[in-house]
Amino acid sequence: MKSEFEWISIDLQLCMHCGACVGTCPNNALFLHDLTVGANEKCKGCGTCTLVCPVGAIEKEDGSEGR
Amino acid sequence: MKIIETDIVVIGAGPAGSTTARYAAKGGAKVVMIEKRQEIGSPVRCGEGISKGLLPKMDIDPPARCIAREVVGAKIVSPAGHVLTISEEQAGNEVGIVLDRVFFDKYLAKLAADEGTEILLKTTVVGLLTENGRVTGARATSIEGDLEIHARCVVGADGFESQISRWAGIDTKLNLRDITSCFQYRLTGIDIDPDYCEFTLGSAAPGGYVWIFPKDEDTANVGLGLQLSQLKNPGEIKRTLDKFITNDERLRKGEPLEMVSGAVSTCAPIEKTIGDAILLVGDSARQIDPITGGGISNGCIAGKIAGETLAIATKENDFSERSLQRYERGWREEIEERLYLNWMAKEKLVTLSDETFDKIIETLSEVGVEKLSTLSILQAVKKRYPEIVAEFSDLL
Repeated sequence: MKSEFEWISIDLQLCMHCGACVGTCPNNALFLHDLTVGANEKCKGCGTCTLVCPVGAIEKEDGSEGR
Repeated sequence: MKIIETDIVVIGAGPAGSTTARYAAKGGAKVVMIEKRQEIGSPVRCGEGISKGLLPKMDIDPPARCIAREVVGAKIVSPAGHVLTISEEQAGNEVGIVLDRVFFDKYLAKLAADEGTEILLKTTVVGLLTENGRVTGARATSIEGDLEIHARCVVGADGFESQISRWAGIDTKLNLRDITSCFQYRLTGIDIDPDYCEFTLGSAAPGGYVWIFPKDEDTANVGLGLQLSQLKNPGEIKRTLDKFITNDERLRKGEPLEMVSGAVSTCAPIEKTIGDAILLVGDSARQIDPITGGGISNGCIAGKIAGETLAIATKENDFSERSLQRYERGWREEIEERLYLNWMAKEKLVTLSDETFDKIIETLSEVGVEKLSTLSILQAVKKRYPEIVAEFSDLL
């Protein structure tokens, strides 16, 4: 199962709810709510979260890798 | 909507939050501590290593179940396999005790509760309450519905992913070089030396290290942290650890009991951790040792100072930034210099080649080193490799 946002999608099967992406996001666009990670409109698609995620649960929607 | 009135609301019930709550409540403040998870201390997000010296310093005497294992020292392993073995006294930080955080965190929260702290679990803070720009509490969702906590001071002890700091406008933004992303397994059935914590440096973990912290005779926390600025592909952290385990015959036959992921800051001390009616402590205040990535001891040390400051602020009815300066000054006196020096050393360490790590660790293993400090290490290496020491000259 996936949570899809404008720029990124989060694989809920892989996500460990650890918050690595939340603390790293330079735009403060990611959050942990009810232990589920979500993204809001502040996301600019920079892709930092795809790299910091220890398990690779976050993908850029356009399929490009990394930053 | 339910409304709670209190002096202090502490967001996050990790070691820093609980210690802050404990000392604030002990000094007479009414304290509410909020934890988003349903259980304090779980799931673990930590390698669980801590130095032996901390416990008496923190005025804690945790029951035996909080301590999974006491080790006698550390082994530092170079990329080519040279091993430096040091005693727990020489190692200092983050070596000596491997905790069981599931129990340890509950014990610290119990100490807070014993002093009168009210604890709310499975409660997520979704925003701050403000009046004319001044923080007046927090909004939360909980199993009993929406909640407003009206408080005279908000404590952000909400970890690496801190939202409180951002909402309050305190700059805790991190450079990609100052973020280490981690993955860990608790592996059982492995063939380790259960009396030593082991650290492997070099290209096995670029900009970080691989750790093996024994939990019992044949079980250990086996994890790795990598510097974010050196990462190139999604999922690299777990994959790199999996590769390390597969290539290590002691580990590859192990079975996992637990998986842990997370990130830590490895930055220089930040400018400011307070504001009017707001205070940050622990990982959210970036009080992490930049070399080890350890945060429990610093969080507890800063938490005690925070709690004592808040108790005074309650008595004086003054939660202004000026009043909270006691905390800002206090924690800096205790740990700021060490954080700064270790950040400088980290900035250097992340640039070293495997060959340099091999030279340093081989030399130290032959000539010995009194204490695992940057200075003693450089002194020990100087005779044989003056060119390496020259690279560190600005640290001396």
